[in-house]
Amino acid sequence: MEAGVSALLAIAGVGRTFPGVHGGRPTEALTPIALEVQENDFISVLGPSGCGKSTLLRIVAGLDAPSAGRVLLDGRPILGPGPDRGMVFQSYTLFPWLTVKRNICFGLREKGVPEARQEEIAAKWIARVGLHGFENHLPRMLSGGMQQRTAIARALANDPKILLLDEPFGALDNQTRGLMQEMLLGIWEAERKTVLFVTHDIEEAVFMANRVVVMSARPGRIKRDVMIDLPHPRHYTLKSAPEFQAYRARLTEEIRAEAMRAA
Amino acid sequence: MKPLKPIGPGAKTGLGIAFFVLFVAGWSAATVGGFVSPVFLADPLRMVEEGWNLLYRFNFAFDIGMTVWRVFGGFALAALVALPLGVAMGTYKPVEAFFEPFVSFARYLPASAFIPLLILWAGIGETQKLLVIFIGAVFQLVLMVAVTVGGTRRDLVEAAYTLGARDWGIVRRVLIPHAAPEIAEILRLVLGWAWTYVIVAELIGSSSGIGHMITDSQALLNTGQIIFGIIVIGVIGLISDFLFKALNQRLFPWKLA
Repeated sequence: MEAGVSALLAIAGVGRTFPGVHGGRPTEALTPIALEVQENDFISVLGPSGCGKSTLLRIVAGLDAPSAGRVLLDGRPILGPGPDRGMVFQSYTLFPWLTVKRNICFGLREKGVPEARQEEIAAKWIARVGLHGFENHLPRMLSGGMQQRTAIARALANDPKILLLDEPFGALDNQTRGLMQEMLLGIWEAERKTVLFVTHDIEEAVFMANRVVVMSARPGRIKRDVMIDLPHPRHYTLKSAPEFQAYRARLTEEIRAEAMRAA
Repeated sequence: MKPLKPIGPGAKTGLGIAFFVLFVAGWSAATVGGFVSPVFLADPLRMVEEGWNLLYRFNFAFDIGMTVWRVFGGFALAALVALPLGVAMGTYKPVEAFFEPFVSFARYLPASAFIPLLILWAGIGETQKLLVIFIGAVFQLVLMVAVTVGGTRRDLVEAAYTLGARDWGIVRRVLIPHAAPEIAEILRLVLGWAWTYVIVAELIGSSSGIGHMITDSQALLNTGQIIFGIIVIGVIGLISDFLFKALNQRLFPWKLA
């Protein structure tokens, strides 16, 4: 593959070192990383806590600046945050004073999309994430799962080139998490979006992605890059299939070694 | 009673009223019972009688109106300056670094100590009264608003950036709406302080207002009138507080727990 030519997103030699606090030693969160994301990829970035995977995602989002290297989206360097990269955070970041619909329209309004068109797009995504009937609810009236579904709809309503997810289901209970995974996967299969998905959950990483990137303990670097060759559309029953279990066992070994180094 | 356990609305109102009743009962016992000389403290009935006199013979309603106008006038001026400045300071750190030390210093200057100076500068008219309130409120407001705006949840700001918001959009669509309920609470709080400044301003060089009436009554040793004046202030404060709270709840339903 030619470096950076065909890739939608090219992470080239990106490192991040945080300056030392009170004259202490600086912390190296990421050792220079290279990663290319093709259009329609669904890549899971899997690693133990504190391995810098969220830092990497924040750099791609433009919320943090790399100490070394650069990130190219469609061949153009990323200089700051922008609506071409939708982001969903682990914490609930819906604007509490806006209804579900107004939250989803936030980016569209910022772009100056006409009101009628905003309504259309919002209605489409509200239906897509299964929030019909909750358009005019405030975030505090919603469950955690519903809030994250709204956050996903809000990011996708902007029609970004790539969707960045930072452990979006991390705070949800197991059952809800499973349903959310299927919903997001369904959207990806139907809309052919490009997704970069950060998680520490092995099963989640394998189930969602066509490629899993395993990161090492701090300072983070890419340890393995595993293609997940499982057919689409995927159904939750896939999780008990032997080929799924094989991926899972293999990645468990990889992660376990890193977790032991980090713990 | 258990720690932090809520109580029903009926019990809450009842308990609140009960203390007022107890307070008036204690006051009556002390005065009517002859434990305190009427020269120092009038009894409740005498206070009501004096209040009646004030309202119907001395046109006290006009004084009340003057005081209310001064409080709200001075407070509105202070808010007009403090809100934009506070938001600017909370948003932009260089602006904060520029103003914050001075405002912190000015906050401790007692508004009442400015009264002689203000009389020199602005005379004893309404301008001087408004300025006392203004000085008493504006620095407090600026600082509290700046802290509130500066304390906006970072993740909400970041989310807005990733949705394509630019700086002005962040201020207008995230920082201000996020801070609005707390700013409303700050206004309510500082308005309460403004009431104490206005009375002090009216005690000196004034020919109208509740504070003026209190100084006049002092000369006549009429404690009934003084107490009536104080109670009127309390009641007006309570009413404005209640209205402010009701308005906040209506404006910011998303903030309710």
